[in-house]
This record gives sequence, structure tokens and C-alpha cells, in this order.
Amino acid sequence: MNDSLTLDTAEASRNENVETAREASSIELHGLHKRFGRHTVALNGVDLTIEAGEFFTLLGPSGCGKTTLLRILAGLEEADDGRLAIGGKDITEVPPHKRSVNTVFQSYALFPHLSVRENLAFGLKMRGLPPVEREARVAKIAEFIKLGDLVARRIDQLSGGQRQRIALARALVNEPDVLLLDEPLSALDAGLRSQLQVELLRVQKRLGMTFVFVTHDQQEAMVMSDRIAVLNGGVIQQVGPPREVYEHPVNAFVARFMGHDNLYPITARQGNRLTTPLGELVADQAGEGDLLLIRPETLDLLPGEVAGDNHLLAVVNERLYRGSHAEYRLEVGAGTLQATLNNRGRHLPEVGDRVTVTVAPDDLVTLSE
Amino acid sequence: MAYTGVTPSARSRGMVREARHLLFTVAPGASWIVIFLVLPAAYLMGVAFMTNGPYGLPQMPLSLESFRRLAGFGFLGWSPGNLYTLLRSLWQTLVSTGLVVLVAYPIAYYISTCRETWRPIMLLLVVVPSWTNQVIRTFGWMNLLAPGTPLSELAESLGLIAPNMGLYPSNFAVTLGLVYNFLPFMVLPLYAAFEKLDIAQVEAAQDLFASPVRAFWHAVFPQTLPGLLAGIVLVAIPAFGMYVIPELLGGGKGMMLGNLVANQFAGGANWPLGAAGAILMLIATFIGLFVMRRIGKRLGGGEEVVI
Repeated sequence: MNDSLTLDTAEASRNENVETAREASSIELHGLHKRFGRHTVALNGVDLTIEAGEFFTLLGPSGCGKTTLLRILAGLEEADDGRLAIGGKDITEVPPHKRSVNTVFQSYALFPHLSVRENLAFGLKMRGLPPVEREARVAKIAEFIKLGDLVARRIDQLSGGQRQRIALARALVNEPDVLLLDEPLSALDAGLRSQLQVELLRVQKRLGMTFVFVTHDQQEAMVMSDRIAVLNGGVIQQVGPPREVYEHPVNAFVARFMGHDNLYPITARQGNRLTTPLGELVADQAGEGDLLLIRPETLDLLPGEVAGDNHLLAVVNERLYRGSHAEYRLEVGAGTLQATLNNRGRHLPEVGDRVTVTVAPDDLVTLSE
Repeated sequence: MAYTGVTPSARSRGMVREARHLLFTVAPGASWIVIFLVLPAAYLMGVAFMTNGPYGLPQMPLSLESFRRLAGFGFLGWSPGNLYTLLRSLWQTLVSTGLVVLVAYPIAYYISTCRETWRPIMLLLVVVPSWTNQVIRTFGWMNLLAPGTPLSELAESLGLIAPNMGLYPSNFAVTLGLVYNFLPFMVLPLYAAFEKLDIAQVEAAQDLFASPVRAFWHAVFPQTLPGLLAGIVLVAIPAFGMYVIPELLGGGKGMMLGNLVANQFAGGANWPLGAAGAILMLIATFIGLFVMRRIGKRLGGGEEVVI
């Protein structure tokens, strides 16, 4: 029942006692290096500035260093080299229990021998707040996250979604400068997951707190984030708002990780005219790169053979009808191309049809390997 | 008429089969327990309420004489000897169990942090000494602690013991022997608890402003509590009834309840008194287990943690 609770923003803005008076804090990282053992490089020179009040996501495949970076922020891991400052104060050598940073762990890491209420009050108790104030703050956060009667339960009486909420509340109740979230939704099923994504986003916007979020799911990253940093091999590949990272990836890794498959080598170029295995294409912003990215949703399919710039002849190899849209795999020149067509009630070509693929010159992006 | 299910005769045949099944599976174990545990315990109970006869053998009529003697009332009025023995047993159990915990905790933790290939070997090193006969190992300690040995002379020069007294026989030697003997019984369950320790909880505690000491107390200790309580049960109960170690290392002033009981069936020869002593031990053990259960429940957040 409690899984279905959502935060009502209109009600929240009337409810003034939940607003935090704290200023959000920025984060600055300089030249962070971290190795495990002799061979495993987790971070290889990370420089990053996270703005105050930002929902910032560290995105990358497993082993890319995103979790290590988060753990260094929490103080659970020590960087071999580099500096770390939160709110302008250098905290590189501050132990975890003295940092005003709290974490929502992937496994939630709730204390099973304590009740929900005791779990929520744990941080406040460790900081020496008197019991009366602890109870008031716990009651406030329980109302804020809408925990209802969950606070009286034991941890083993909670569902996954409820545990996730408690873990979030247990961190938020301390009103940290920065909240760190280590794949907090990865253990939940898809429906609950997207619901909690929205909830988490609303909580962050209402509190205006700096959130650093770790995930390997690019969809999740795009939904939630103000800005995304894509990591690979302990190096930041690209930092930017979701649209920029998705639409203008700086290299092939970022492009592929953001879900792009239509990447083609540029074999020759004459001004804006690029030669690719698909054929000749005109790109408005033909940059330096030697790869061409064509996003499936920028393509259009015309029935029959139509001549013109950026008009390529194609045969439909495969069509996946998904209701709101259809995904196509097309044979074009010496390559294959994926296209996504919105279903606006127009004609959707069938398998085997000969069609013409068109793309606008300003939708083509070049990038380097 | 349609076939609706199992006919009565088939059902009764099924029950017979089930009964026969039970007889073959449960009966051997059950009869073993009845013959070697229930009957002797009942016999012991009976003996305790009988009168001491010639050669220490029990005879009629029934009486509470043994329990009076056990409480210290003899021919010459009340003497505190047995009470001291009981208190000494409790004290030795308490101290040695406490010391075993203090020694075993770091060992178990250390082994759990070792590389996986090393762990079985290190556990083996802890366990291997107990493959030797307990009596032989205790004799070993006698030789190490006797007057004139390096350890005794060191203790003498530090002024810990009177000249030429040796570290054995003494209560200290008994404690040492008990700690040495029972260490593996604490290390193994603690190791099992440490091995499945959820490190994330420790990190969560640190993340929530707990200093290392408090993180240990709030996140490590509760997780190892089941192992700790199991270890305490495995150590404290046999230690409380221990016979060999106080017999060999304790001397006259190191006697424990186990020796008191054993003596009544041997030299001193008073079976009813020995039986009464055994029942006292049993009662004390049950009280101890009950207390442990309560502690486990309290610290374990209402969950059963004790075996």
C-alpha cells in the first residue's frame, strides 16, 4: 500500500515546515587517482565540479570507477592522489563520520536489529542530538517521505520499495550538505523503479539539496539528472546536461553507452559532404571526427525511390512494431541502419519494402573514436 | 458413481505405512536418547533423593539429606566448603569465558579478513591442538607452569607469586587451562559470523557519523552476536562442569563443581550427594541458558539469536 504513495508537490509547497534552511553545497574534485592492488585502476585523474543544488549523475558501465568516486566522496575510500572539497572546504583527509555527507547504499544497508524508527534516528543519535529533537526530526522526515506507519515496523517486515524509502529517509534526516546515491533503485522491479525515480527527483527539487547519483542505466540518468558525467576506465568521457550528452556525444564510447548504434566511419570528405558505407551524406556541423552518428529518431522513411541530398535508397529488413512507434532495421548501401518512426497514423513500411531514408543535415553529428 | 478420492481402507493403509516409516526413521535415535539420556537422568534424579549407604551406594529411605549436605550442613554443623566450590565454578566459568571471548574475537576477525585460500589453514591451526587428548595437553601446561620453569621464574621475578611456589597449582592455572582448552569453540562460531558480515552496514554506520568504535558496537557487534552467544554456550557450559583441568591444575583450592561430583562417585563415595551435585549443575546450566536467551532477545531486537 505504501509503495503507491507519491509526493504531491502542490501540497508540499504549502507545507512549509519541510523546507530546509541550509544552503546547498558544491563539490570540487581535483586530479583524483585511485588504484586497487597493482593493476586495477579505478580512477585515473578525475577533475569535476558539481554545482550546489544540482542533481548530478555518474554514469558508466560496471568497473568504470563511478562507485569508487562516490565512495571517495563519502570518505569510505581514500584517494591515492588528488583533492576533494565540499562547500569550498577541503575534506580530503576528513574521516567519513565527520563529513556532512550521507549515502543511500545500493543494498540499503539498514540495521536489521533496529526498528525503522531507530534506523532513522541513528545518524542524529551519533551526532549527539537530544532524544526530543531526534524524535521531532524523525517524525518530520517520516511525514516528508510519507512513511506513514512504517516507522513502527521491523526492517524484515518491509518490502524492497519500502526499504528503499527508509534508506533515503535515514540519509535525508541528517540534512547533509550532499546526498550520495549508489544505484539506489537497481534492486527494484521496473514499475516501482520508474515511480521512485520520479519521487526521488521531486524530493531533490523540493529540498534543493546537492544529489550525486550513480547508475549504469542511461535512461535513468537522462530522466533524473541536471547534468551527467559519463565515465569509462576511470576517466570522465563527457560532462553535460542529458540532451547534450545524448545528442552530441563526444566519442564513440559515450555514443554507444547512450544507446546509439548507428555509427559509421567517414571514409572521405569534401567540405560538408561525407562519404560513409551508407553512401554520401551532407552534414551541417561536420566537425573533426572520423565517425558519423545518425540517431534513429531523426530519420524519415519515404515510400519508393526519391532522389535528393541525404536521400538514401533502402530495403526494410526488419520491423518491430511497438504501438507508439516502430523500429526499423534497414539495408542501406554497404551497411545497415536503424530507424525509429513515430506512429502518427501514417503509412508504416513493411518488411521487404523499398524505401528512401531521409535525414536533415543539422541532425548529423560527427565524433571521434 | 464417480471416484471421489482415497477410500477409507486405502487411507488406513497409508497411515500404517506412515507409522512404519516413522518407526524406522525416528525410533533408533529416540531409543538411543531414552536409553542413554532419559533413563540415566531419571535414575540420577532418584539417587539424589535416596540415603547414603555403606560404600557410598544409595539406599532407601528417600530423604533430602544429600541436598542438606550439598548446602554445607554436615556432622559438624554448617561449613562453606561446597558453597565456595560452587562460587569458584561460577567465577572460573565467568572469567575464562570472558577471556576466551577477548582472545577469540580478534582471531576470528583476522581470519575472516585473510585471503580465502588461507582461511581453512588458519582455522585448522586453531582446531588442531584440540585433536590431542585433553589430559595430555593439560599435563603439558603442568610442565610449563610448575615451580622452577621459565614462566614461573619470570612470574617470581616480577613479584607476582611467592618464591618457589610455581604458577601451578593455582586458580590462575585453571583459568589459563580453561581459556586454552575452549578457545576453538569460540573462534569457530565467531568466524562463521564474521565471514558473512555485511560490510555495508559498517560503512552505513560510519556514513551516519559513527566513530570507528561506535561503528563496531552498532554495526559489527550486533551482526556477530549470534556467533558470540553460540560460542558462549559452547564454552561456558562445559567449562562450568569441567573436571580434568581443575583436577590437574587446580590443586586442593582450585576444585570446581565437576570435581566435587566426581569425587562422590569415586574416593569420597557418596552417590546421593554426587547425584544432588549433578542436578545442581543441571539447574545452574538451565538458568544460564535462560539468561542468555533473554540477553540474545534484547540485543537482537526481539529476534531469537541463541541456539
